[in-house]
Amino acid sequence: MTLNAYRCPNGHVTYPGHELCPECGEEQTEEIDLSDEIGEVVTWTTNTAPPPGVRQPNSLAIVEFEVEGTSVRAIGQLAEDSEVEIGDEVRPVYAEELRNPDAGIRERESQEWDGYRFESA
Amino acid sequence: MDRVAIIGASMTKFGEREEWLRGLLAQAGRECLDDAGVAPDEVDHLYVSNMASGEFEGQTGVCNALAHDLGAMPAYTQRVDQTSASGGAGIYAAWQSVASGASEMTLLVGGEKMTHRTTAEATDVIASLTHPVEYKHGVTLPSFAGLTARRYLHEYDAPRESLAKVAVKNHENGLDNPHAQFRKEVDLETVMESPIVADPLRLYDFCPITDGSAGLLFCSESVAQELVPEDEYTVISGIGGATDTHVVHERDDPTVMGAAVESSDTAYEMADREPDDVDVAELHDMFTILEFLQSEAVGFFEQGEGWKAVEEGVTERDGELPINTSGGLKSKGHPLGASGVAQAYEIHQQLLGEAGDRQVEAEVGLACNVGGFGNCVTTTIMEEP
Ligand SMILES: [Zn+2]
Repeated sequence: MTLNAYRCPNGHVTYPGHELCPECGEEQTEEIDLSDEIGEVVTWTTNTAPPPGVRQPNSLAIVEFEVEGTSVRAIGQLAEDSEVEIGDEVRPVYAEELRNPDAGIRERESQEWDGYRFESA
Repeated sequence: MDRVAIIGASMTKFGEREEWLRGLLAQAGRECLDDAGVAPDEVDHLYVSNMASGEFEGQTGVCNALAHDLGAMPAYTQRVDQTSASGGAGIYAAWQSVASGASEMTLLVGGEKMTHRTTAEATDVIASLTHPVEYKHGVTLPSFAGLTARRYLHEYDAPRESLAKVAVKNHENGLDNPHAQFRKEVDLETVMESPIVADPLRLYDFCPITDGSAGLLFCSESVAQELVPEDEYTVISGIGGATDTHVVHERDDPTVMGAAVESSDTAYEMADREPDDVDVAELHDMFTILEFLQSEAVGFFEQGEGWKAVEEGVTERDGELPINTSGGLKSKGHPLGASGVAQAYEIHQQLLGEAGDRQVEAEVGLACNVGGFGNCVTTTIMEEP
């Protein structure tokens, strides 16, 4: 599992990737690994009433990365013990299973369940 | 041009109901036809707005079930799903069917049955609309609300209390709505001290989980003039629908609801109206923050200033622009597929002068129905003929 953003020939960057670039409709041809980058917290929340199979409470953040002059955002859980504010710097940290794939409504096989949380940098 | 008219409207009691979806739809459908004095076999098209009857209760094919239960065969029938905006999308479909000439008489019934599930389960059914990179992190609609509310308060220096005042206002309006789930006044302190759900939002910033149904009957204005007196129907003068990104964090500005901007632009242009012309509005306050975002997106207030309107009482029932006179989703409840239809029901009642204790002076009304976290939006402008 990676934390990859995708770029089209016109320099638009998205995370996650799409069939075609949402900005210009061209194919996204380049992958950019964000997992070693430092990002900045755009906003965060702590959800005390999460759905089945999700840790409780579940803290989440939207994080902005700078990729060669273009910004791209990602959403993810905050690592345990990471208290953040808007503007703080965070780094991605790998987690094998972000929620129990068998507890919720979505089919286990339909998607990935590992990924990156964010911790204070 | 022959405009599309609404000649009948109904809504069931919202709340915890014993009936399952078929029963709720049948009740609203029957009452809607009765309201207009139109027989079931006169219905050419029948639309059912519903997000998740299969997921909630294992009943699919609800549009055909309703046609049979009402005796509306052989009407063309279709289920309309646009998640929480299914009701607004149903209005769009019904409007299209009449405006195109494909149907002379169209019945729209929206409904959802949810309260037999736990809050966690219902939240998960709704969260299933998210992208896999969101869903795997346990992202829910309430968590989008928390993330966006924090950003909004930060960017526009709005006090946390301003959000609470939306809840207080809408609960006060709901007191006078016999169909509302909660007819209970709440004060600022109660909202501000209620348990955190998605920081900085608290329990009273969120709408409840609800069962219920609502209906609308559509025909062309020329047909309406033959069937009912002029003071008993309203017209759809403008309607627009639009989408925003599926992945919520990919929006340029998290505090702007792009699909509400686009859909309202389309609706204003069709109606040849401006935001200033609107006398009363129903906005999709699934979360208090959404009332601010939509009141700005549909052009009532400048970006970042929706909170001031609430602080100044502008959006109260006796204010310059009453918003959510029905009590909104906040106190009326939010049976997903029914909500957009029930918004138009409220505007219809207001325009006809039949809103009882909730009555305001209004000739032009607007309803904004939101799916996902602004992922799909329909805006409808309704007027006296
Ligand atoms: Zn591009």
